[in-house]
Amino acid sequence: MWDYSETVKEHFYNPRNVGAVEEANGVGDVGSLTCGDALRLTLKVNPETEIIEDAGFQTFGCGSAIASSSALTEIIKGKTLDEALAVTNQDIADFLEGLPPEKMHCSVMGREALQAAIANYRGEVWEDDHEEGALICKCFAIEEPLIVDTIRANNLSSVQDVANYTKAGAGCSSCHEKIEEILARELEARGETFTPGAGRPDLVLERRTVAKKSKELPVMQNGAAKEEPAAPVKKAKSKLTLVQRIQKIEKAIEALRPALQADRGDVELIDVQDKTVFVKMTGACTDCSMAGLTLNGLQQKMMEELGEFVQVVPLSKRQLEEAGL
Amino acid sequence: MTDIKGIYLDNNATTKVDPQVLEAMLPYFTEQFGNPSSIHQFGNQVGRAVNKARRQVQELLGAEFDSEIIFTSCGTESDSTAIYSALKAQPERTTIITTAVEHPAILAVGEQLEKEGYTIIRLGVDSKGRLDLDDYKKRLDDDVALVTVMWANNESGTIFPVVEMAEMAHEAGVMFHTDAVQAVGKIPIDLKSTKIDMLSLSGHKLHAPKGIGALYLRRGTRFRPFLRGGHQERGRRAGTENSASIVGLGVAAELAASRIEHENTFVRGLRDRLEHGILAANTHCFVTGDPDNRLPNTCNIAFEFIEGEAILMMLNKKGIAASSGSACTSGSLEPSHVMRAMGIPFTAAHGTIRFSLSCDNTQEEIDQVIATLPGIISRLRELSPYWSKEGPVENPDQAFEPTYA
Ligand SMILES: Cc1ncc(COP(=O)(O)O)c(C=O)c1O
Repeated sequence: MWDYSETVKEHFYNPRNVGAVEEANGVGDVGSLTCGDALRLTLKVNPETEIIEDAGFQTFGCGSAIASSSALTEIIKGKTLDEALAVTNQDIADFLEGLPPEKMHCSVMGREALQAAIANYRGEVWEDDHEEGALICKCFAIEEPLIVDTIRANNLSSVQDVANYTKAGAGCSSCHEKIEEILARELEARGETFTPGAGRPDLVLERRTVAKKSKELPVMQNGAAKEEPAAPVKKAKSKLTLVQRIQKIEKAIEALRPALQADRGDVELIDVQDKTVFVKMTGACTDCSMAGLTLNGLQQKMMEELGEFVQVVPLSKRQLEEAGL
Repeated sequence: MTDIKGIYLDNNATTKVDPQVLEAMLPYFTEQFGNPSSIHQFGNQVGRAVNKARRQVQELLGAEFDSEIIFTSCGTESDSTAIYSALKAQPERTTIITTAVEHPAILAVGEQLEKEGYTIIRLGVDSKGRLDLDDYKKRLDDDVALVTVMWANNESGTIFPVVEMAEMAHEAGVMFHTDAVQAVGKIPIDLKSTKIDMLSLSGHKLHAPKGIGALYLRRGTRFRPFLRGGHQERGRRAGTENSASIVGLGVAAELAASRIEHENTFVRGLRDRLEHGILAANTHCFVTGDPDNRLPNTCNIAFEFIEGEAILMMLNKKGIAASSGSACTSGSLEPSHVMRAMGIPFTAAHGTIRFSLSCDNTQEEIDQVIATLPGIISRLRELSPYWSKEGPVENPDQAFEPTYA
């Protein structure tokens, strides 16, 4: 069975705020085909203060769906609607001390139910913009739509490309066959043929260094984790000084910041090590599907500014805490 | 020996190694460590032990010759060997007939072969999981390299008429394989009186260890090895024999043969008691598969409006182990392909629970499960948006219509 945290188990076995709230004035019904989960969230909002005075849930779903629903109601009770809207699925997952990658969608469902219930209270129609699809990469929890979008946006043509841009496939290698199938389909659609061997091995070597530094799983190439990267085939040497590079990276972030803030999010530059740019994502940016797209956009922009390949790596709450940030 | 306390009703997933099996195996890790192929005394005795095991398996399957038994590493390897052998040995044939409800050990190979250009015909099943034999008969032609149909389904326990299907294939000149991983040891099998050409079995489903299996290959059947190398298993499966596990499988086969009567009386009785007890004590649940024609140890019940993984977690807390066809337990996108093939509705397919018994279970255990379940089922239904107080909400599909992502 899944390796659930103690908090997930606690909220599953003893869920809080079960059932429909009496005199509810905001109701959100959402479902996720991924797991056959469905969630109804009912809110009692004080019209004067816009404070959520009570919240209740009814959930058809697995252990983590029930635990995520329970966590959500605990998080939002006592918050104003605007405060509640700033709650991300990552907040729900953090509250539960983490969810397995396959189960992150349960927290997404919680956040969507919240948005739907608040929209219902405000008399608005909630539109779901979260595209859910098959989970391809289990190491980094990357779903198919993100991979497809990234391939299209960047004209990617190899598994290495996909790993560089989305991290999908940079772990245990088990999803390489699926990624190759997606690539074959996408390349055919743009009139090219997919050759499994094609790629840019130098970038893979770069990724290896990155993986070591950011304490991720070692990147496996043909099933073997290399201890030290071999001498790079052709190392793209950056001609800029570190300060110049950081300035350009900041410039890229500035360019995207208005869009991010419009979505109630933000990105902060934490560190630059060689080809790796470490950032901290805050607010709505941490939402699972958006985060990937945001990161891609950011990485793309930085590469344009710098004229070299960089990898943007978001640091998790835990990593930031460990680093004392 | 330390026993984990608890009630284990997941024997279709795997079984506990029988103490007699373990005891027989132990010397083959220590003093009997030789390579069965060696000429010297160290190897010699091991070679004899391997051949004894071969005869024990032969006996359980009712095979005509002991040389028809090839030891492999697992049920999955036996399945792959059978399929690839049939294709390699008959390159002019490019179609495989199978069913929609096979184990992934067959289905995933079929999907891969499809990508390589082979035609895979997957026979559908009705709401009780039964095949349409007339339809099957029509599909048998000269392009079919192999029919591969499981003897018994791992999820529902439904038994397919493989003996009859093998006759039909034989008449049409088509090779027949059956994945009998769930059937061997649970129902009587007598291969010499059938037209089955190949059969897969797996040790860990009959109280032998994990990582040992066998492929029955009828004498005279055209064959190509899956693993090439040394001359082990007469060159049909290279690789130094897993002698300790082979000895274990032999003993397990002998035990299974001696217990088959017990399995079909005592274990069946416990299973029926469990099933009747659950159906009587809970509303909105039903048996899936074909109750009149299934393994004596298996019962699969769908609980409507709740989800399987949640049920399993609650059961686990009470020390009860079972399994589910829900999507969540496997991390896949959809509920079990077996339940979908039978057309089980979405709200029930996610809530299917499989109880699979063995001769180790007792009546007290069964009664405890019957007594424990209603509390769990009603607790989870209280949480469900499809449920209100005493029953499902009216028109559950319309009353709760979530926006799907
Ligand atoms: C019907 C069936 N076939 C094949 C297998 C695979 O057997 P093994 O685990 O020995 O590879 C199983 C086991 O789950 C099974 O139930």
